[in-house]
Amino acid sequence: MTLAQHPRLDHLLIADMVEPGARVLDVGCGDGALLQLLARTRNIDGRGVELSQRGVNECVAKGLSVIQGDADTDLADYPDDGFDYVILSQTLQATRHPREALRNMLRIGRRAIVSFPNFGYWRVRAQLVLRGRMPVTGNLSYSWHDTPNIHLCTIRDFVELVDNLGAHIERGFALDHAGAPIRVNAPWWVWNLLGEQAIFLLERDAPFK
Amino acid sequence: MSPCANGANGKPHGKSVVFPLDQSLVTDGGRNIAPLAIGYETFGELNADRSNAILLCHALTGDQYAADVHPVTGKPGWWDALVGPGKPFDTERYFIICSNVVGGCMGTTGPSSTNPSTGKPYGLDFPVVTIRDMVRAQAMLVDHLGIDTLFCVAGGSMGGMQVLQWAASYPERVFSAMPIATAAKHSAQNIGFNEVGRQAVMADPDWRAGRYLEQGVRPEKGLAVARMSAHITYLSETALQRKFGRKLQDRSAPTFSFDADFQVESYLRYQGVAFVERFDANSYLFVTRACDYFDLAADYGGSLAKAFKDTRTRFCVVSFTSDWLYPTSDSRAIVHALNAGGASVSFVEIESDKGHDAFLLHEPMFIATTRGFLESAAVARGLKARP
Repeated sequence: MTLAQHPRLDHLLIADMVEPGARVLDVGCGDGALLQLLARTRNIDGRGVELSQRGVNECVAKGLSVIQGDADTDLADYPDDGFDYVILSQTLQATRHPREALRNMLRIGRRAIVSFPNFGYWRVRAQLVLRGRMPVTGNLSYSWHDTPNIHLCTIRDFVELVDNLGAHIERGFALDHAGAPIRVNAPWWVWNLLGEQAIFLLERDAPFK
Repeated sequence: MSPCANGANGKPHGKSVVFPLDQSLVTDGGRNIAPLAIGYETFGELNADRSNAILLCHALTGDQYAADVHPVTGKPGWWDALVGPGKPFDTERYFIICSNVVGGCMGTTGPSSTNPSTGKPYGLDFPVVTIRDMVRAQAMLVDHLGIDTLFCVAGGSMGGMQVLQWAASYPERVFSAMPIATAAKHSAQNIGFNEVGRQAVMADPDWRAGRYLEQGVRPEKGLAVARMSAHITYLSETALQRKFGRKLQDRSAPTFSFDADFQVESYLRYQGVAFVERFDANSYLFVTRACDYFDLAADYGGSLAKAFKDTRTRFCVVSFTSDWLYPTSDSRAIVHALNAGGASVSFVEIESDKGHDAFLLHEPMFIATTRGFLESAAVARGLKARP
């Protein structure tokens, strides 16, 4: 598959944030598609953590170094500064302690890349406000009773949390319904309203203590 | 019946190498074993650049017969599920070596071998050996076979301890490693179970303070009891319940006696009897002791991560959900240490209700994991695809 054929635009945007040859930990790496993309296009030294046995098996079969584990409990075991980037792609909302997960990511890697569905997206707001129903969208495709997503947030909430953690946003994208990036110079409230999902590159402000 | 059908009289089955006296094995306990004989088997062909060799390390009471038909029991080798043409350890692609551990009783020098200084079987005069001693002896064999770097070292249980020791002792000689259903140190529970087994052997009047071979007897009852209790720890409650429940053996009502009324009793008795046919009681004492002494971190100032510092070996750690002898937490400790050292490591906990023995059985997820890991390691090593 060539770069242009890679089906996930969010993966391509993440790959664009990673410097070539970097050491990368992908938390919640699924079937390893992003790690493979990064290995192919960025020549990274990649590792993964994945909760599901099926996902881990698919990754191991692809030759990826992946550990079966839980972002909530297992990140604590990784040493400080072990990686250049720690990635959490579409997994933050499924963690029990998102703040702790982010803190660990910024401890393990100097930089963190996080993508998540934006609960401030207008269609989400509309479903709740107009129909009185828990939102179901492309990025939030579960019914309220069987969803793994337990900590949904808006782009605005996330930006505030990053500030609290002593980190800052290096780069950010909001993706619209079609998965295309929203103009970077648009104001925050536009991102928060029109972005169905968001991707942020975070960097910690001071050396980790 | 021959004493464990072994090399007690210096006649091992199959292939063996006897090292000259000046190549003695110096044990962790500070003793010399010389001459050292190692019984081993190989499967498949070594390639031209000697890059496709896999060392399989057997578990506690296993031996070199990982594949094909076992010459003593007539049953398939212990890793028949994984070793053979087209299987994950593909004998048409890899050169597979499996040796009997030092202290064992299948052609490798052990307590039933002749002590050169007395002309009699060693018995308890055999040096207490460690997992590291076993690995040192294997390294001598690998040298003897002219192999510099092993493509993979793999094994479960006690074999997994050897894998970890290999990766720590000879990191540059191990390209990839699969420690399966194992631990970096023996737990108090494991030591406890082993002690029950050893006490059963030593309580048998025919054990004769370990000198039974000279006196023409064997502590078969004690060894069988040791095996029966150990065998329970290899299974799981679910597996035992599914297989036997409270079903009665060849009868419709209890006999109100101590006969084997229950199927599970009959099964364990059979396991005990079958075991004494092929295993030596003193070897059982020595190999269980080697496991008990295993504590890899202790050799590195208490830090397991230091044992694997800067390793370039690719690891795949596997545990099974129902293994209560070497639970997943033991494997996770290994994974954490490897992570801390920045090692390339994969880890899978396989869903299985078959207990510790699952690694010997046909578990599809385990087989797929092993195949995938070896395939990708083979690509990284530049090994040609299967012919």
